[in-house]
Amino acid sequence: MKLQVWFKSGNPWVWLNAAAVSASLIMVFGLLGLIMVKGLGFFWPSDLQKMDYTDKHGQQIRLMGEIWGEEDVPRAILLENDYKLTGDDEFITRYTLKTGNRDVYGVDFRLIIQPGIKNMSKPEDALVVVRREWGNFYGFLVSIKENGVVLNLSEDALWAEFEQRKERALDLHDKIVEIQKSDIGDVNHEIEKLRLQTRRYELDNDLTVEHQAELDAIRKIFDLRYAEIQKRLNDLNQKIIRDSFMVRTAQDQLREISFDKVVKVYQPNQMSLPSKLVSYFANIWEFVSDEPREANTEGGVFPAIFGTVMMVIIMAIMVTPLGVIAAVYLREYAKQGPLTRTIRIAVNNLAGVPSIVYGVFGLGFFVYFLGGNIDRLFFSEGLPAPTFGTPGIMWSSLTLAILTLPVVIVATEEGLSRIPKSIREGSLALGATKFETLWRTIIPMSSPAIMTGLILAVARAAGEVAPLMLVGVVKLAPSLPLDGTAPFIHLDRKFMHLGFHIYDVGFQSPNVEAARPLVYATSLLLVLVIVALNMVAIYIRNRLREKYRALES
Amino acid sequence: MTETSETRTHGIDFDALKRPFGASDLSSEEIALEVKNLDLHYGSSQALYDINMVIPKNRVTAFIGPSGCGKSTLLRCFNRMNDLVDGCQIKGEIKLHDEDIYNKQVNVANLRRRIGMVFQKPNPFPKSIYENVAYGLRIQGVNDKRKLDEAVEKALRSAALWDEMKDRLNDNALGISGGQQQRLVIARAIAIEPEVMLLDEPASALDPISTLKIEELIYELKQNYTIIIVTHNMQQAARVSDYTAFMYMGKLIEHADTNKLFTNPSEKQTEDYITGRYG
Repeated sequence: MKLQVWFKSGNPWVWLNAAAVSASLIMVFGLLGLIMVKGLGFFWPSDLQKMDYTDKHGQQIRLMGEIWGEEDVPRAILLENDYKLTGDDEFITRYTLKTGNRDVYGVDFRLIIQPGIKNMSKPEDALVVVRREWGNFYGFLVSIKENGVVLNLSEDALWAEFEQRKERALDLHDKIVEIQKSDIGDVNHEIEKLRLQTRRYELDNDLTVEHQAELDAIRKIFDLRYAEIQKRLNDLNQKIIRDSFMVRTAQDQLREISFDKVVKVYQPNQMSLPSKLVSYFANIWEFVSDEPREANTEGGVFPAIFGTVMMVIIMAIMVTPLGVIAAVYLREYAKQGPLTRTIRIAVNNLAGVPSIVYGVFGLGFFVYFLGGNIDRLFFSEGLPAPTFGTPGIMWSSLTLAILTLPVVIVATEEGLSRIPKSIREGSLALGATKFETLWRTIIPMSSPAIMTGLILAVARAAGEVAPLMLVGVVKLAPSLPLDGTAPFIHLDRKFMHLGFHIYDVGFQSPNVEAARPLVYATSLLLVLVIVALNMVAIYIRNRLREKYRALES
Repeated sequence: MTETSETRTHGIDFDALKRPFGASDLSSEEIALEVKNLDLHYGSSQALYDINMVIPKNRVTAFIGPSGCGKSTLLRCFNRMNDLVDGCQIKGEIKLHDEDIYNKQVNVANLRRRIGMVFQKPNPFPKSIYENVAYGLRIQGVNDKRKLDEAVEKALRSAALWDEMKDRLNDNALGISGGQQQRLVIARAIAIEPEVMLLDEPASALDPISTLKIEELIYELKQNYTIIIVTHNMQQAARVSDYTAFMYMGKLIEHADTNKLFTNPSEKQTEDYITGRYG
């Protein structure tokens, strides 16, 4: 009886509501929390631990590295794996130790169990060298060489000298990259243009002697410029390999590292908390602003962020007019009847088609058919190398535009149907035609609804990966789709994408263990990018709502 | 006595607005609009039956009648607003200065510029006050700032709104009161200088003071415009109109000088209605 009263009071319903909301919140924050903790921890310059370790064959080795993870493993599993254990603990702690020095040991990581560890310490002078190849090096600085000759330096002067030579090498490296990227890039671009011009003359049967001479003259200029740049580059390359330094691993093996291979060097065990913090944020900045290295497992993800944002923006630019025009036709011009109903059902069903199907469509229709024909018509001099007849950012954006079209159409129609009749009549009564009424009043008033559609479209498009793999995303794009060479926006270029980057780093990289934190960090970044894009759209929508708040009254 | 009457009517002397009884006659007026044998169907149901009437120029004509009698429908025939209604069929003709407005060659947008309309509920656009008034002119392609300024001021002055609005022309029109909105909508209609103004119960959603202001405005406007007003308020019809048409069940029962219709109707149905026996 009492239960019935309680039931009728509606209390259980309230509790149920609260439970559902809590569950949703816990899931969302749990997800964000997990990727934040796992991702952001990656950038912390952790201490180097040096230890003597007895492995399962009873061999004693000296190890040094960063502890990346620990877990409790049941004793039975370890015994099965031929570990020799004393004591009777049910669970034994196992650490994942990043030992680095891939060139020395062949692997970056080592699983070590607690009972085998002895003499753990944090040597003050332990060194982390982040290299352009072979991953991190952990060890100790021994000496500095110039042109292969060891410099005679006191202990104190050694480090100062090291810093100075490191800075010099980084400077030179920046210059080399600059020359390779812009100067050589420019010349290559011009030479490619000349090649295409020649080919165009050939195709037009217009390659006269004068033309040939003219082109040859220009080519000569560029060849000279190229040789000059090449010479400068060689000089720099000579300079940069002048210095090297000797390092010693924990197992006392000596290695020589050239300064040109160094990205950065630090001694984590000496760093104070503030300097670690500085280094932490510097690492995060490097991650979002740098280009990837070593098959995407090191360095930053800037090209991927850039590609994702640019692709989404181009998608938005394409889908908005298309969706709005379609919705205006369906709602305002078309005679409502079975036909419009069928179209609406079809549009709504489009939203349910698996995204990979759009990818297949995009590849078949946009890339091969449209792109192929564009190439034949406008870029025939470049054939057989395709210009638009190959996956690229434009086709990706277009494919996603089709994918998100239903969302925009539905939202816009909703918005149009909410405009009161009196506003339409008011405008028509002033002598406006239907088009003028739509253009000057109805569509501006529906713009908040259009923006809502766009917000949903952006959220969907930014997270989509599967179709992009077919129509334009690559593991490593040599150049951004937006740069300083005319025509500045290169819609034909392939691009990198955060979503694909996650897949690539997490599943396709040679060093999965090293890449795992990167997967989390990239995921976090992807979420942040989508949130940022949405925030911008929501901000615009709220501004528009404020402006056209007639509907609320 | 005089003082109380002035406070009640806000200084409007309605008696002075009236002309002496029986002084005017439809046949002596210049004709602005002429309706001939007008039938209107919404789908299968007929809403107007064989309407024949003339609307005199520069006069106020009121349509009265019980709800659903077709007075708004008839009003909306004059600027072809009924075109927007699905399944609406119109037979017969309406002539604006001897030109049939239902002729196929008629440009509807142009027609609506000549015959303006104000609706029951104020419907300003969610734009600034200035842009609301300038809307019709901008549609006509006027973009010269000076011309627009002039026209906006003139229209707002005609609608007795200039003094209230001159300092807030750039405010959103949705922020002003209902009565001001309705006068703004009238100003918006005036700005394009139509020949005829159709007012569809323009004061029904307003408070008494705003209603009085609107009525005063109608009296001012009839100097320059032919006005047709639909109202369900008989006092209002009596106060503002020169001629009144009584409609009932889609038929035009009586159309005569306002004083005559209210004091000495020739039809029994009219008399029943104005004495409150039904409606």
